[in-house]
Amino acid sequence: MTFNLLNLTNTKPEKQIVSLLQEVKDPEIPVLNVLDMGIVSAVRVTKEDLVEIDIIPTYSGCPAMKEIKDDIFKKVSPIFKNLTIKLVTSPPWTTDRISKEGLQKLKDYGIAPPLGKDQGEFSYMDIKIACPRCESKNTVLQSAFGSTACKSMHKCHDCLEPFEHFKCHI
Amino acid sequence: MTSDASLLKFSLRLADNLFVLSHRLSELTSSNPTLEEDIAVANISLDLLGQARHVYSYCGETLENKNKSEDDYAYLRDEREFYNVKLVEQPNTDFAYVMARQLFFDTFQILFYESLIKSPNKDLSSIAEKGLKEIKYHYRHSSNWVIRLGDGTEESHQRMQEAVDELFTYTGELFSTDEVEVDLIKQGVIEDPNSFKSLWEKRVQEVLKEATIKTPSKETFMAFGGKNGVHTEYLGKILAEMQCLHRAFPGAEW
Repeated sequence: MTFNLLNLTNTKPEKQIVSLLQEVKDPEIPVLNVLDMGIVSAVRVTKEDLVEIDIIPTYSGCPAMKEIKDDIFKKVSPIFKNLTIKLVTSPPWTTDRISKEGLQKLKDYGIAPPLGKDQGEFSYMDIKIACPRCESKNTVLQSAFGSTACKSMHKCHDCLEPFEHFKCHI
Repeated sequence: MTSDASLLKFSLRLADNLFVLSHRLSELTSSNPTLEEDIAVANISLDLLGQARHVYSYCGETLENKNKSEDDYAYLRDEREFYNVKLVEQPNTDFAYVMARQLFFDTFQILFYESLIKSPNKDLSSIAEKGLKEIKYHYRHSSNWVIRLGDGTEESHQRMQEAVDELFTYTGELFSTDEVEVDLIKQGVIEDPNSFKSLWEKRVQEVLKEATIKTPSKETFMAFGGKNGVHTEYLGKILAEMQCLHRAFPGAEW
């Protein structure tokens, strides 16, 4: 299921906010924006031009959330001065919130995108993930935990490059 | 006890478990057995800290009417005001202890979160729903290590058996209930943790069996008190280290 905020927002201010959000990059993976990541769960504009944006953490302890909140504020508040950004815990973030474009951007950046829901949550520990550089499946899991909470570490036996995999969260 | 007071104490018990255990794991940073383990343990610690923060935030914003911040809970409470179970404050004696402690906790926390997800309290159920996804990874990690070390060399087996034997005495407290739980169970906010105790016992026993480790007897003396602020000698030392900087420079900011 992909979440397309543009389908939900038909009014001019909300469309404007969405295009501003597309310029706010994930601090850890700067090729993705916060909408690609599915971090923005809601955008509300009230009659009085009060703007509320809800963001959800990818992992409970994601240390980038403060920076993301600040970056969204810096981008949106010059135009929408009455802005509140709230970090909420519901709905829980899952990897199927990452947009199709986001998945491709991850791969191009060298991070193996998350496996689908249908393949089960721990499948990356049991099946071989395709190398994002050379596509080979002759890879091995080095650690279930990577440089950030959301990634695992793998190595490709063909091109000999290490790579990270975005862990599936369902 | 008023129902609000019960909810606050229940939430603090949950947050303090996560927070103290997170801190214990963070103490190991840069000294775990391998580089990959160092990253793994740090990640697990961070997950727990994140979950703790969400619960403290709920306590401060909602239950205490914005009168408290996360930092207030973390840095300005004394030992007797922390309500974590004694298990999570036990020392990182060796890697076997760390993984045995983690096994006992992770097995419990999965069941605890699966139960809490059903709560009509949306704040707690959403934190549980998110936390469950992370705890499942932790459980996979700790159970794999207990098996690998238990069914390992003579030395690793001995150390794991010792760790399991010593820490088992702190597992009873995970399921203890008092007027706080009784109150919340009556209101339909939570389920009785004893309803999943035998499942916990079964799962732990299965892992220990595969690890060729003897499960300690059910007659083992169980230690209680942490949930009401009566702790082992270790919590005081943890807090002294954790809180001293914040208390030495009140109001200091980056």
